[in-house]
Amino acid sequence: MTEALLTVENLHTQFRTEGGVVQAVDDVSFNIQAGETFALVGESGCGKSVTALSIMGLIPNPPGEITSGSIEFDGVDLLQVSSTEMRSIRGSKIGMIFQEPMSSLNPVLTIESQLAEPLKIHIGLSSAAANDRAQELIDMVGIPDSKTRLKQYPHELSGGQRQRIMIAMAMACTPRLLIADEATTALDVTIQAQILDLMQEVTEKSGAALLIITHNLGIVARYADRVAVMYAGKLREVGDASDIYAASQHPYTVGLLRSVPRLDSEKGTPLSPIGGEIPDLTNLPGGCAFNPRCQWAVDRCSIEEPELIEIAQGKQVACFEHASVSLSV
Amino acid sequence: MSYSPAATDNSVPILKVRELKVHFPVKRGLIFQRTVGVVKAVDGVDIEIKHGETLGLVGESGSGKTTLGRAVLRLNDTSGGSISYSGQDVLALRGGEMRRLRKNIGMVFQDPYGSLNPRMTVGNIVAEPMLVHKIFDNKLAIRNRVMELFDTVGLNRSMASRYPHEFSGGQRQRVGIARALASGPNILICDEPVSALDVSIQAQIISLFDRLKLEQQLTYLFIAHDLSVVRHVSDVVAVMYLGKIVEQGNADDIYRSPQHPYTQALLSAVPIPDPAVERKRSRTVLKGDIPSPLNPPSGCVFSPRCPIAEDRCFVEAPMSRTLSDGRRAACHKV
Ligand SMILES: Nc1ncnc2c1ncn2[C@@H]1O[C@H](COP(=O)(O)OP(=O)(O)OP(=O)(O)O)[C@@H](O)[C@H]1O
Ligand SMILES: Nc1ncnc2c1ncn2[C@@H]1O[C@H](COP(=O)(O)OP(=O)(O)OP(=O)(O)O)[C@@H](O)[C@H]1O
Ligand code: SF4
Ligand code: SF4
Ligand SMILES: [Mg+2]
Ligand SMILES: [Mg+2]
Repeated sequence: MTEALLTVENLHTQFRTEGGVVQAVDDVSFNIQAGETFALVGESGCGKSVTALSIMGLIPNPPGEITSGSIEFDGVDLLQVSSTEMRSIRGSKIGMIFQEPMSSLNPVLTIESQLAEPLKIHIGLSSAAANDRAQELIDMVGIPDSKTRLKQYPHELSGGQRQRIMIAMAMACTPRLLIADEATTALDVTIQAQILDLMQEVTEKSGAALLIITHNLGIVARYADRVAVMYAGKLREVGDASDIYAASQHPYTVGLLRSVPRLDSEKGTPLSPIGGEIPDLTNLPGGCAFNPRCQWAVDRCSIEEPELIEIAQGKQVACFEHASVSLSV
Repeated sequence: MSYSPAATDNSVPILKVRELKVHFPVKRGLIFQRTVGVVKAVDGVDIEIKHGETLGLVGESGSGKTTLGRAVLRLNDTSGGSISYSGQDVLALRGGEMRRLRKNIGMVFQDPYGSLNPRMTVGNIVAEPMLVHKIFDNKLAIRNRVMELFDTVGLNRSMASRYPHEFSGGQRQRVGIARALASGPNILICDEPVSALDVSIQAQIISLFDRLKLEQQLTYLFIAHDLSVVRHVSDVVAVMYLGKIVEQGNADDIYRSPQHPYTQALLSAVPIPDPAVERKRSRTVLKGDIPSPLNPPSGCVFSPRCPIAEDRCFVEAPMSRTLSDGRRAACHKV
């Protein structure tokens, strides 16, 4: 195995809220290899964005705080670096794309100045060189008419074009890791396909790793090499995408896969939804947090918490009953 | 419960929309407004739904799905065409007749929260349509019916005295469905009813729709942009693009072999949650954005993005034709 580019170990991130302490990320460990596409999936509120924001050093404090763990990126422990260093890493070595590009674009600056600025700051390009590079980047992300576009403001672009600009910005300093947090969720499916293909293409070309955060199991199936499934703050299953989809051994993953209607299924194939509701993080059930919804639950599950353990090369599961869990049962 | 008699004949469409147009004028100016253009949100649409069938209406954002659904309930002014419900001319209905129409056609929205009055208990929210449509003459009967509806949609009866904010997204959608069912409709128009829900909750609500269809012979106009969800629920599918239906027909036929280039591209853009299948699929990834509806392309609306467009496509709009398997498609090359 090659040296990991990113290694997250025993990460704990919590928020103090009126309802109590929310353990949004609860003892999360995983690693991403250079050049691979890694997907973090799970339903709303399970802690995906908080995981990404923890890596980026963007947890708002207060109310949030990383209470323990380590995040090693490219040989550096991100939890130990100064905020100035972190800012520089964010601008150059790790790029991030969010669901709503408008919130990360400055509405009163032209596309050109937003693209050129980080190039001047982080890699010391002259204004002229930075502007040239900005145009190259616009061309790279497939926006026609780059000269005109550079002079425009974000509101003059469509949602898909804004997301392309975000990719251009995130890729401007050729980062080693690109994090896309629900980056295509708000887009139409034909545009979603364009944007995801583009992200895959630019990261492949530059050898960067891609962390895709999504709730869409189709996207994961199409793009990810490896997958981590998250539920209520914890990773429940980690493995190769092909293995997770064909032979998941965690009841939650199995439940998700049985819940999604498929384009290629026979008409009339019934869905078998997971019962119950997603738990409130301030009031989690005891033991395994999935136990009230789990068809495999045994007595022990409401008392003890299962650990994420390696059950085969590259495959980890957190479930007492994993040996008897499968998609076909 | 009274159902309209015509609704039980399975062969005639219960809802028929012909050449429907909904055009919105676009105005500019602060005080002296002038019309600077027109958005043809729905532009010559034909659809029909048979009793007990589900028509899935798909298309990307801005294609006119919501506008079409609202027009059926007369929530939008129409600019041309006709709508008939059980043989009645919907566009000619007045006062009391309109109310009867809205009793027979229920509506479920995407955002259950925005559509539920925050100051009413959910029990009263579900009871309200029964009061409006004077379905029962005593409170006890209404109460009992509300409780029945709670059972039907899978809500605990004890929750009736709570307020919408105390509910999760999935539960709110159940309340929205119970309210839509309260007047005893035979058609439900569902506008993106599961789009805002998490995967596991979405599956619960879709299964509820499945069950209601079987148990109550409900007819659905099911609007969604998620093609996999529409695959699951629909008997018939209509694909909309910039105000027009580009392809329409039996759902199995369309999903198995889409004919219109837009339908083909749309279906091939949807990733299938199975790496073994997904990585082997060949796809057509469309170039470019959906054009502005204020300034639609001339000729075929899909021409600027169509991978197989030819010269005539840019000048001449294709007519919708019926193909040998009964589906309809609007494309010069189909
Ligand atoms: N700034 C904050 N203050 C308080 N709680 C927060 C804050 N940010 C996140 N949380 C809580 O942390 C938990 C995890 O949130 P997170 O945003 O990571 O979920 P997610 O998996 O990204 O969900 P989604 O799919 O909805 O984006 C949630 O319960 C959320 O309420
Ligand atoms: N009241 C209105 N006045 C002016 N234009 C309108 C109005 N309602 C809708 N439109 C326009 O009509 C077009 C169709 O809108 P509609 O909401 O029906 O699309 P949709 O297919 O439901 O899209 P989505 O998937 O985003 O819900 C859009 O261009 C929209 O901006
Ligand atoms: S540990 Fe128990 S409750 Fe949790 S997923 Fe496994 S079987 Fe289900
Ligand atoms: S009419 Fe022409 S442009 Fe329109 S879909 Fe058919 S081939 Fe494409
Ligand atoms: Mg998130
Ligand atoms: Mg709509």
